[in-house]
Amino acid sequence: MDTKRRQFLKMAGAAALAGISAPAVVTLTSGSSPVSSAQAAASHAVEEGPKGIRLGMLIDMRKLYDRPDLMDKAINTCHKVHNVPDIGNSKDEIKWIWKMPYANVFPENSTYHASETTRESDFLLLCNHCDEPPCVRVCPTKATYVLEKNGTVAMDYHRCIGCRFCMMGCPYGARSFNWMDPRPYIKEFNPEFSGRMRGVVEKCNFCGHRLALGLEPACVEAVKEVGAIVFGDLNDPDSEIRQILDREHTIQRKPSLGTKPSVFYIV
Amino acid sequence: MIEKALKGNSRYWMWLAFLSAFIGVGAICYIRQYLFGMGLTGMGRDLAWGLYISQFTFLVGVAAGGLMLVLPYYVHNYKDFGRITILGEFLAISAIIMCLMFIMADIGQPLRGLNMMLFPTPNSMLFWDMVVLLGYLGLNVICGWVILTAERKQVKPPKWVYLFVYISIPFAVSIHTVTAMLYCGLPDRHFWLTAITAPRFLASAFAAGPALIVIACLIMKRVAHFDAGKKAIDKLMTIIMYAALINVFFVCLEFFVGFYSNIPGHKHSLEYLFFGIEHHGHVYNNLVPFMWSSVILCFGGLGLFAYMKITKNAPDLWVGIGCAMIFIALWLDKGLGFVMGGLAITPLHEIVEYYPTANEIGITLGIWATGFFLVSVLYKIAVGVEHEVEA
Repeated sequence: MDTKRRQFLKMAGAAALAGISAPAVVTLTSGSSPVSSAQAAASHAVEEGPKGIRLGMLIDMRKLYDRPDLMDKAINTCHKVHNVPDIGNSKDEIKWIWKMPYANVFPENSTYHASETTRESDFLLLCNHCDEPPCVRVCPTKATYVLEKNGTVAMDYHRCIGCRFCMMGCPYGARSFNWMDPRPYIKEFNPEFSGRMRGVVEKCNFCGHRLALGLEPACVEAVKEVGAIVFGDLNDPDSEIRQILDREHTIQRKPSLGTKPSVFYIV
Repeated sequence: MIEKALKGNSRYWMWLAFLSAFIGVGAICYIRQYLFGMGLTGMGRDLAWGLYISQFTFLVGVAAGGLMLVLPYYVHNYKDFGRITILGEFLAISAIIMCLMFIMADIGQPLRGLNMMLFPTPNSMLFWDMVVLLGYLGLNVICGWVILTAERKQVKPPKWVYLFVYISIPFAVSIHTVTAMLYCGLPDRHFWLTAITAPRFLASAFAAGPALIVIACLIMKRVAHFDAGKKAIDKLMTIIMYAALINVFFVCLEFFVGFYSNIPGHKHSLEYLFFGIEHHGHVYNNLVPFMWSSVILCFGGLGLFAYMKITKNAPDLWVGIGCAMIFIALWLDKGLGFVMGGLAITPLHEIVEYYPTANEIGITLGIWATGFFLVSVLYKIAVGVEHEVEA
């Protein structure tokens, strides 16, 4: 091969590479709006989230530490609204929102010399509706998917084949499986929401059906008297949740896994 | 050729009847599970996979193990494997059918199984696993049947079939690689989240598959006058030894990474499997005896093989015992330890021990018996053709 041809090929290759990588560089460095680029300049590390409406939740545990009754109320309300059966044993149980000690909810965080409140309180936990949900990645039938219009992780109970791969993929233990027909274990059936059949997976849906009616999620409503759970659009700078997120220090569960949870905690 | 499976002595029929009893029990257990739901298994919310998936994983390895016969014969022209490559192919067929049965037993809505094809999802490793497993099954059916038919007619197999033979080689690797990817791509499942999962799977597969074939050869030598040949068995022993040693090496590497880095997440599963792990005042150690049995059987089998290699004297009985030891060791290691070890530590940092129910074990034994039934029938056909050609 003569040198001219080689040089030409080299240059063509470099140009092609630059062409391919250029858009990626742009998306990595530029913000979507003047607001976010100003913020990026102001702070050292800003993680970019997806655009459009991004529903998220903030749980202010400070308002719940001495109110375990309110946590139970949130759990019971949710389970009643969604026809979640009460099977009564930990092996077969189904739960959408529940409470557990700090060490279980935030296992990546140290409990060494933790404060008494941290050690003795229970914490609410539910599906994180991640931006990068591993459950959606592993599902072989698209039975669980990201709802484009608001970024929540939804389920199609009629398509799910019950392989439980999503339960393996979820690093938050947020998913439950119907090990048997759930109907006999539902005390009061709520006709406004569907029931499930045996052999499918289910989890928190951020109350998509209630949002459609202009209502807040059931758990948010249940703890309204202290306002411990705030729900809203993470991408709307004027939303209440964004106001608090901008003001307070919040944490997420297992952030190192890159799932980008939409549920934030103040502990 | 199928008629060859229908002519046999009373021992052949008794063996099939014996297996059929297990298949029958398995079928009844499955009907119970189908009518009630997966709650009849020992699986639960925090331990959502169990015996079915672990047997599936192990058997994908057995299927891939046939490669250790096909590769030397077709690529390296190692003539001594000429009589037994068909056994590798037929074992692969049976093992994959068992795999598919385990998957069907494991899913909560088996009637919706076709959703995997109706809504193909390339980002799911389970989708790709289905693709490569069905592909490998098809390739082995084509290659096995065409080559055996040609042998029966005492002509050379048609040229086109070699294309499928060569495609089946990367496919054998892919089935076990993709099966490993079911596990090693899941965030926060520390025990599985290691790049060595796929190589480790392949290493144990290349020992377990040939070990089963050697056992089958030795049995058929006694009951069906089919001699695989001393040289072939000897070579297979060498392959089994190397593959099993590489698997041991990989397991040791897991121990080093876990315990030298001292990262709790990397140690927990190994501690649970080999020493028992204490959590909230309770010690969880139900798999410890199985794992140490695996270690002892593996080294025992390897020692036995090494002794026979050194003394250059390998009586059939001892070769068979050695192969059985290694096969069981690898089954305990992968068919129990790998899956359960990773599952026992839940994402919520609780420890859940798994105990399969009798119903679940019934289904599992039923599927294994179905596999043995298929292998027996297919090997009967293969041996029948051999005898016909010789006569």
